[in-house]
Amino acid sequence: MRRTLLFLPGNNPGNVQSGGVFGADGVILDLEDAVSPLEKDAARNLVAQALQTVDYHGCETVVRVNPLVAKGAKDIKVIVPCEPDALMLPKIESAADVKEQIALIKSAEKPGQKPVLVMPLLETPMGVAHALEIALSDDRVTAICLGAEDYTAGLGTARSKEGTEIFMARAVVANASAAANIDGVDTPFTDVQDEAGLIKDTMMAKNMGFKGKLSINPRQIDAIHNVYAPTGAEISWALRVLQAIEEGKNRGTGVIAVNGKMIDAPIVSRANRTIELAKLLNLLEVE
Amino acid sequence: MNKQGQAGTLESNDIHIVVSETIPGTGIKIELTSTVLLQYGTAIKRTIEQVCKHLNVNDVVIKAVDKGALDCTIQARVKTALQRAGMTKEA
Repeated sequence: MRRTLLFLPGNNPGNVQSGGVFGADGVILDLEDAVSPLEKDAARNLVAQALQTVDYHGCETVVRVNPLVAKGAKDIKVIVPCEPDALMLPKIESAADVKEQIALIKSAEKPGQKPVLVMPLLETPMGVAHALEIALSDDRVTAICLGAEDYTAGLGTARSKEGTEIFMARAVVANASAAANIDGVDTPFTDVQDEAGLIKDTMMAKNMGFKGKLSINPRQIDAIHNVYAPTGAEISWALRVLQAIEEGKNRGTGVIAVNGKMIDAPIVSRANRTIELAKLLNLLEVE
Repeated sequence: MNKQGQAGTLESNDIHIVVSETIPGTGIKIELTSTVLLQYGTAIKRTIEQVCKHLNVNDVVIKAVDKGALDCTIQARVKTALQRAGMTKEA
């Protein structure tokens, strides 16, 4: 479940130690853009210590490392043995970029530790153009994320709230993630004062197929989760689908329909996901 | 010239650490200022000392100004200050 991945500056002890209380599905302890160049070493040590001692209450722990050209290898060497769930890899532009960093991750892992997954961040026109090969580059790629601020700079255009300029990039990233059967995570909405804008932007992302959204402020989390919460109608539909599947199995029926529409594997998968979400959010009892 | 290094800030939840190398045999000397000195002063000093020993730094003067840092922050800031002073190796 990656409805929200919340960025927290890696050199801010208050944020780093409180990451588990904001209610996000995951936290991204940021060693890259949120840390000044002179404090990279301090942030690396702080995040490493926090991963070993702070209780993140079941949140997925992700660390955004620096690019390899900016001491990313040192980040990987120090952070990986502290067992984060995943690393976010910035400015990924090809499958080779991913493979190079996964090799470093493997060599930094302690014997027997849970494999550290990766989330490539696609934030250049080249990265977006190679979204599918990046998504399929390795079994450790568990999600691909869109970073629209740098992407639009690369396009040579301005970022707008409507997001017209990133429509193609969103579609490509969402499609590539679906094709690779991993999560696509949308770019953050950067105006933290504009909740209506955030809701609209998240609905757009959800409708395009993204499984969640990057978040830059704890106050964005509830709004994003509300958009991703299944509606009563969606839950009823999902329950009918799963019931029909069960009845079909019992009868040995090959083709199953609900309300006159054929039910196939992707529909069942969507219904399962809806029910999983509903259970997680305690929405089943009230339906 | 003695090696020196510092890390951390004076913001809430943080601790500012200044380390200075001293002559062998001096041991680990800690000057601590803290908003929670009475309650946690001994524990903070113990944590600082443990980090130094773990990194094989046995002769050092440390000035620490604590603003309510948790153990993980204290450990990270002491380690960073010692690394910046060149008194212990980075990874």
